[in-house]
Order: sequence, then structure tokens, then C-alpha cells
Amino acid sequence: MDQVLFYAAAALALVSALVVIGQKNPIYSAFGLIVTLCSLSVIFGLLGSPFIAALQVIVYAGAIMVLFLFVLMLLNVRSEQDAPGRGGRTLGAIAVALVALLVAQAGAVLVRAEPGPAPAFDASTQRMAEILFSPQFLYVFEATSILILAALVGAIALAKKDF
Amino acid sequence: MDHPSFVHHAVLLSLALFGLGTLGVFLRRNVITVLMSIELMLNGANLAFVAFSRAAGTLDGQVLVFFVMVVAAAEAAVGLAIVIALHRHKDTLDIDAFNVMKG
Amino acid sequence: MTASPLVQELVIAAVKVAVIMGALLGVFSLMTWIERRVLAFMQFRLGPNRTGPFGILQPIADGIKLFFKEEVMPAAANKWAFLAAPVVAVGTSFLAVAVLPYGPPFTLPRLAFLPTWLWPEWLWGRSVQLQIATIDVGLLFIFAIAALGVYGVVLAGWAANNKYSLIGGLRSSAQMFSYELSLGLSFVGVIMLAGSFQINDIVSSQAGRAAGWFLGWNAFVQFPAFLVYFAAATAEVARTPFDLPEGETELVAGFHTEYSSMRFALIQMAEYINMITVAVLATNLFLGGWHSGVPGVPSEGLLGFVFWGGKVALLLFVFIWLRGTLPRFRYDQLMHFGWKVLIPVAAAWILVIASFVTFWAR
Repeated sequence: MDQVLFYAAAALALVSALVVIGQKNPIYSAFGLIVTLCSLSVIFGLLGSPFIAALQVIVYAGAIMVLFLFVLMLLNVRSEQDAPGRGGRTLGAIAVALVALLVAQAGAVLVRAEPGPAPAFDASTQRMAEILFSPQFLYVFEATSILILAALVGAIALAKKDF
Repeated sequence: MDHPSFVHHAVLLSLALFGLGTLGVFLRRNVITVLMSIELMLNGANLAFVAFSRAAGTLDGQVLVFFVMVVAAAEAAVGLAIVIALHRHKDTLDIDAFNVMKG
Repeated sequence: MTASPLVQELVIAAVKVAVIMGALLGVFSLMTWIERRVLAFMQFRLGPNRTGPFGILQPIADGIKLFFKEEVMPAAANKWAFLAAPVVAVGTSFLAVAVLPYGPPFTLPRLAFLPTWLWPEWLWGRSVQLQIATIDVGLLFIFAIAALGVYGVVLAGWAANNKYSLIGGLRSSAQMFSYELSLGLSFVGVIMLAGSFQINDIVSSQAGRAAGWFLGWNAFVQFPAFLVYFAAATAEVARTPFDLPEGETELVAGFHTEYSSMRFALIQMAEYINMITVAVLATNLFLGGWHSGVPGVPSEGLLGFVFWGGKVALLLFVFIWLRGTLPRFRYDQLMHFGWKVLIPVAAAWILVIASFVTFWAR
């Protein structure tokens, strides 16, 4: 049961990720990305992290992607006019080759890796909170709130028409 | 729940997602699609974090995913604000049109 | 013949899903009629009163009418997205229902007179949770599904290729985005006092306070959070005064202008089910769930279900009442209210509850 769900979600994530980078219309890309994010959330849940799975849907699919869609609809974006990549076909080909090389390298290492026995694992929300608010991460956590505030102010300043 | 090959295959999937995201960043012309490809790369990284966290039995990876999400939210907000400003300025979203430093 | 435990669990789960789906569909069609009747009385009209006694068969007549109507799709619409939008809307609204409790654990009676294939012995005296799925992060799950619910509206608004629909979709994404924040913040105080994301735990945490009186419910103990929740939830389900995505007087029904026939019915259904979900959630989180609120009055079994249903019905009535009373917000007022009133109030209240939990409750 879990296996079927895992591989179905993985396949869905891959296909929708292809949609994200393959579609000319950015709205389709956005919907593809939403599907990717939701299937990743299922995988997070199966890997024993319900909290991260919920956050994935709330933050990514529920907030960030709504923002993307809002901007796409606000600007009334049409499809890209020209299919070949920027900088011409040569640069695109080089980019594809480099990425393929990277993926092949990392994949070769990973395929050879032997999965060990999974250790006991408790990713309940309470444990998450204990680690997140321990001295190890507490200051980082506080710093991210400043980051969010800065982003908020910056976004308003950038998008505002005139001051 | 604890099928041993889950972690292994999740890491492979994260690699594939990261690769696809990188391709999107290189090949797409629309700024918003490029931003979405970056989100795809971040998600590939997140999946690797969660999978390795599961394999190691510690929660540090999950905490990092939490921070990645925060940064991604900030990045999306600022990035999209820049996109709106650029669109107002040039009336296009083609990334090659934004090649002048002077406004 | 006794079935294996797994089969027993599966049968119980399947029956629960079927019963809850059926009940939701029934309440949905009843609500369309009640809403029109109540609104009519508030406006000194009669409302639909021709079909059946008091017009109670009106939903059936409407259903037949919508079923046989022609489906119109605009020529320039995006076909795939246009077809998917109502499905997304209904799918997300039904998903959220899965983790809500509907009453206290229910002990099945021993109905020996029924044939054993209908009421087998393993059901006798068995305690059943009136909830489809009990998960640890229940509240987060609901919040996540609510976050996804906006896509049905956005997709519908964009796919129809109609400027009013697009404005509706645009407004809806901005509105959901703004009010989700205060909705989430209003939960935080409740979660902190209960110490759990599980909705069942939150319900029982309220029963123990104030010696079992209703004054211990979160709606009274955390009155500001309740107000914020109610305002944000009304905006989340886009009911008046927050119905800008529809705005029939300015956007000709906004995001669902171009929908007709059964797809229109699906969108309506999604809206009503979201409204029921919001009322059920408010009952469980703030109004003590199935507890009577008076010491000595039992709230076990069927009686608890009655208390619970009464509270939900009251909240649903309040939604209709609001629609009959309040004018629609202007867009800038909506943003002002969401960002500059609700979020600061919710954040300040979290501070109050956090100091209480840290300094007094331990």
C-alpha cells in the first residue's frame, strides 16, 4: 500500500516537473509545480515527517504558488513566443550536457549506495519544536523572522508604483 | 512505512527534480518560469534533506527544510515583486530583455 | 462467521465515509433551501414556497433543472482547466471533512433482532469514533487543505477567459492569501492551550475548564481568537461581507460567471461544504465540540451528537444572518481589515496566551 503510494507520487512528481519546465504557457508550469509540490508532500509523509508534509502544502502549495498565480494573472501573461532557449541553441545544448553530466555523476554514486537499516525515528511536531527552539537553532529561527520582515518590506517597496 | 528502498529512491527522485529545475533555469525565457524552476530545485534539495534525515534518524535535516521553506517564501515574494517592477518598466517578461543596468 | 480485524476496520471506515458523504450532500441541498427561505424572511419576502410543503422540495427541483440544463463552455475558454476547476473545488472541500470529529465516541447498540449479515456480532458494543481519520496533525491537515481550496476558484476564474471571471479569480487569490494568515494565527492560541494538533484533544481540553461550564470553552476563554477566526473563516469561504470573488452586483457572479448546469452545481456544492466545514471546525475548536457546557448534563453518545449538531446549525444560521445584514466590503477595506486589524489582533492574542502558558499554567 505504502509502496504503491510512494511510487505513484514519485512518478507524478517527475511528470509534473517535466510539465513545469516543458510548457510554454507559464500558467501550465505553475499548475505543474503545484502538482509536484503536493506529490512531494505525500512522499514526505511516507518518509515519516507529517509536520514537514503539512508545511509543504501550507507554505509552498498554499502560499508561494498562490502568489505566483496571482502575479501571472495580474500581468495576464501569454505564452513564450519563441521556443529555443535564451542565448541560442548552443548555450542551451551546453547547459543540457552539463546538467546531464552532473546528474549522471551523482546518480552513479547513489545507485551504488547500499541502503542500511532505517534507525528509529520520531518526527512528531513536539520533537520538531524541541529541536527548532533548542539553542542550536533558536537564533537562526529568530534571524529568519527578520529575513521575512525584510522581504515583506522589500517586496512592497519594489512593487509599489510610486512613493 | 519503513521500506528501506524508500530513502534510496527518494534521493534519486530529488536528484532528478534538481536536474530538471536546473535545466528550466538555463533553458526558459520567461522570468516567472525561471523562478518556478528555482523552486523546483529547492524542492529537490528539500526532498534530499528529508530522506537523509530519515536515514540518519535525526531531525536536523527537517529543521533545515523548515528554513529552506522560509527562505523560499521570502525569495518568491521579493522575486515576484522584482518581476512586477520589471514588467512595468519593459512591458515584457523575456529574461533577455533585462540586460541593461541603467533604468 | 467473524470477519478478520482488518476487514472489520475497512467495513467500518467505508460505512463512515458513505454516511458522512451522504449526510453532507443532504445538508448541502437542505442549506440551499434554508438559506433562501431565511434570507427571504429577513427581507420581508417569502422565498421558494411552491415545491412541496413550505417549498422544502425546492432543492430536488433545482437539482433536476440543473441536471437537464445544457452545458455551455465559452469558445475561448481553456477546456482542460475549465473542466478541472469544479472537480478541484469539490475534491478539496470533501478532503477537509475527513479529519473533523462529529461527536463523542459512539458505542454501537446490540441489535440482536437484525439478521447477522446486516448487524454482525462483532459490531455489538463496539466503540466507534465519529470521525473518518484521526491523525496527529489534524488541524494542520485542515489548514493545508483549506490552502489548496483556493485553486478551484482561481482555476475557474482564469479558465473561462472572461474578464469578470478573471477579476474574480484575482480577487479571490489575494483575499484567501491575506486571510489565511489570520486564520492560522487564530488557531495558535487554541493549540497552545490544548497542547495538541489533534482536534479530539482540543475538544476535550475545553471540557475540563471552568468546572465543565460553557464559560471554559475557547469561544469565551479566547474571545479575541474566536472573533478573528470567525472573520477570517468567513473570508476564506467567501461569504458576505467578504464575497468579493463572486460579487454578483459588480462582477456578475465573478469566478463562476461562465459555469452552467452540473458544473455550476458542483461549484455551489463546494462552497456550501466549505461553509459547513468552517462551522464544524468552529464548533470543535471554540464551542466545546459535543459537550453540553452545563455540569451534570451528559454529553455522551447520541445526546452529544445532538449538542454538536445544534451548535453547527447555529453557526450556519449566523452565516446566513450575516449575509442578510452586512454590505460587501470594498477591496481596499478588505485588505485594510485583513492586514491591519485581524493580523495584529491575532498576533497580540498569541502573545497573551503564550505568556499565560509560560508564566501561570506551569
